[in-house]
Amino acid sequence: MKTLRLQQSAYPVIGLVVILLLWQGYTSLSGITPLVLPSPTDIALVSVRRYDLLLHETWPTLMETVLGFGLAVLIGIPLAICVANSKVLNLALYPILVATQSVPKVAIAPIILVWFGLGIGSKLALAFLVAFFPIVVDTAAGLKATPVGLLDLARSLRASPLQIFLKVQMPAALPFVFAGAKVAITLAVIGAVIGEFVGSVAGLGNLVLTANSQLDGPLAWAALIWLSALGIVLFAAVALVERLMTPWSHSERH
Amino acid sequence: MIADRIEGRSEAKAAPIGFGHFKNVRKIFHGTGGEPLLAIDSISFDLAAGKFISLLGPSGCGKTTFLRIVAGLMSATSGVVQINGIDVTGPQPDFGIAFQQANLMPWRTVLKNVLFPIEINRDGGEEATARAHELLSLVGLSGFANAYPSQLSGGMQHRVALCRALVHRPKLLLMDEPFGALDELTRMEMQDLLLDIRAKTKATVMLVTHSISEAIYLSDTVAVFSKRPAVLLDCIDVALPYPRTPEIRYAAAFTALEHRAGRGLGITR
Repeated sequence: MKTLRLQQSAYPVIGLVVILLLWQGYTSLSGITPLVLPSPTDIALVSVRRYDLLLHETWPTLMETVLGFGLAVLIGIPLAICVANSKVLNLALYPILVATQSVPKVAIAPIILVWFGLGIGSKLALAFLVAFFPIVVDTAAGLKATPVGLLDLARSLRASPLQIFLKVQMPAALPFVFAGAKVAITLAVIGAVIGEFVGSVAGLGNLVLTANSQLDGPLAWAALIWLSALGIVLFAAVALVERLMTPWSHSERH
Repeated sequence: MIADRIEGRSEAKAAPIGFGHFKNVRKIFHGTGGEPLLAIDSISFDLAAGKFISLLGPSGCGKTTFLRIVAGLMSATSGVVQINGIDVTGPQPDFGIAFQQANLMPWRTVLKNVLFPIEINRDGGEEATARAHELLSLVGLSGFANAYPSQLSGGMQHRVALCRALVHRPKLLLMDEPFGALDELTRMEMQDLLLDIRAKTKATVMLVTHSISEAIYLSDTVAVFSKRPAVLLDCIDVALPYPRTPEIRYAAAFTALEHRAGRGLGITR
């Protein structure tokens, strides 16, 4: 068990190190300009030297992502509950949900910008739009997938509809909700960056654009790396909440 | 004199024909589009309090439907279904049900699963928790109160389900092929456990099974159901004394009863 876990963490690290070494070797041997492809050490140095700037630009992107995601959870879960429990609402809303989802978000971004302006509003709206769909779909699927046996059991005990919902349906759906939330949080980062690309004054996405236009390759790459790190950290945070809220799905068999 | 007569009458009302009284129970399913399906055709029998009855029949014969009607999860198309002199119109608080699947909630610990009926009916407290622990130790799971169902084997999960069905001291325990999903050895173990618990709780039990030997081993009475539409083919009195031990399966009287049930089902001649 222990060696397996060691292997599981060792191999990705080895893989990463090999790629970085190859990258570093190629950039120093080929003499390629850092504007096109900076070396890993260039990027690392900029990350440290421009730490203040990068951190400063991380906050807006973080806020846009987290608020957009939070809004998607706040609106998405109640909507999923309605869709899962009402045939009429399901028929009425589901096709519209799918239709809105099939609109390319990059294409709506300019319109959203007109509506909500250059500030945080438009980015939040875009993060919300992309995060919303997986949360609604997965939560609704989870609620509908409640095992019939458990519903029979609750009914045989004369549980009220509210008790059935709170004590059976909702906990049964929780793993599905988190599956959707994990997809949604990574999408929310993308939504926020799309918003920053289309028009913004701050954020890591904005920094990628401005650094690029100033021919500062290493800074653009550093911003990119920070963006990825932000996505990973947020994903891990959702995964941690999942672990805390669904302890039963991680316990080992005797 | 008149007072005596009135008293006598009211007594007759309080003591019904049986603990369970079923008369001309019929069930017709109206599927979407298809022909109406007669699942149960006019079944009548009585069940005395404290008795163990098995409903034995081929798969899909309607015995589970009958059990669900008794449980109040489904209504009969016509006929009388009474428990304790009261018409069953819905699930009753003093029924306990165990299904073919253990149906434990993966997000609840073993103890919380057992206490689920108490929680739903809001009559909990220290006493209920103590009883849950007592039942768990009775089925040999006292060390697993805080484990999650996913940490248990299939047989252990069924033992938890049995505790849950008994935790609110039901007068009637309804079991729908509760050991059907278990392997033969675990199944025999569970049968002995059920007999043991039933002797201690003195609950009336109605069990659905398609195993002839299980029906005879456990029951006072075996009601043999026909293929769909279900009619009552035979009502076998199992005159074997309790407590029963596995050896009894090899007794001549046991095999004779098996033979009779087999004949009733049309399997043996």
